[in-house]
Amino acid sequence: MTVNEISQKLDFKIIAGTSELLTKNVSGVYTCDMLSYAMAKVNQGDIWITVHTNLNVIAVASLTDCACILIPDNIEIYNQTIERANEKEVIILTSGKSAAELCYEIYKTLKDL
Amino acid sequence: MNNVVVRDYSIPANDFTIAGEASSSVRKILSQIGVTPDVVKRTSIAMYEAEINAVIHGNGGQAHIEIDENKILIIISDQGPGIADLDLAMQEGYSTAPDSIREMGFGAGMGLSNIKKHADVFEIKTAVNEGTTVYITVFFKPVKN
Ligand SMILES: Nc1ncnc2c1ncn2[C@@H]1O[C@H](COP(=O)(O)OP(=O)(O)O)[C@@H](O)[C@H]1O
Ligand SMILES: [Mg+2]
Repeated sequence: MTVNEISQKLDFKIIAGTSELLTKNVSGVYTCDMLSYAMAKVNQGDIWITVHTNLNVIAVASLTDCACILIPDNIEIYNQTIERANEKEVIILTSGKSAAELCYEIYKTLKDL
Repeated sequence: MNNVVVRDYSIPANDFTIAGEASSSVRKILSQIGVTPDVVKRTSIAMYEAEINAVIHGNGGQAHIEIDENKILIIISDQGPGIADLDLAMQEGYSTAPDSIREMGFGAGMGLSNIKKHADVFEIKTAVNEGTTVYITVFFKPVKN
């Protein structure tokens, strides 16, 4: 399933990411706000859910090669971070739901439950 | 051995607009030369943690990397405050990071143990008021022992 497909299905808002980028494949989901944990645990192709919206999340997303960053609870994202995401070709999505709900829905969708 | 790649990066203190750039650049080089995803991942984790430590604890510093056909060597050094009790610093969960740093998601106290876990060789030289140098080696193929 691509980032675009799952975003349509679960109603995520696309904050950064070109249509070409959105064809990236999603293979899992991980949530953690401690960057050291995220760095070690986020797998390539994961949707990474975090409440952080500072520049460091772009670095961690690039380094882990996750499918995208997903910001829960409609948390506002700094412009600087959006600009950096575009520059580094990192996709940022947002949703009004909580991290827990998002994990549940993404997991269910990916496992086709 | 003529196919050695050498790069040097400067790591500015407390500048989160650049933090992670050296690691990202190295990741790109490794991906381009076609080393395995596992090696790319382990190198990225270890180098990023060392880079961030230089940014937040070391008043900034330098990264020097050397890649040959068998391995990558990463040397990250700073001229910062050094580490008084290395055994304590190595403990998972120990961190002196201030709140402002924690709010950004750092300061879990897992950096040094993450490096140890993911590097094949990890060495650290540190002296109070002189600075800290971290040596990380990741081999491209599993080493038989
Ligand atoms: N380059 C450095 N210079 C000075 N102190 C350091 C350096 N790297 C690590 N430390 C010390 O070791 C502690 C543990 O480091 P680490 O495991 O990376 O955790 P964290 O960075 O989350 O605090 C730091 O909080 C700091 O006190
Ligand atoms: Mg650290």
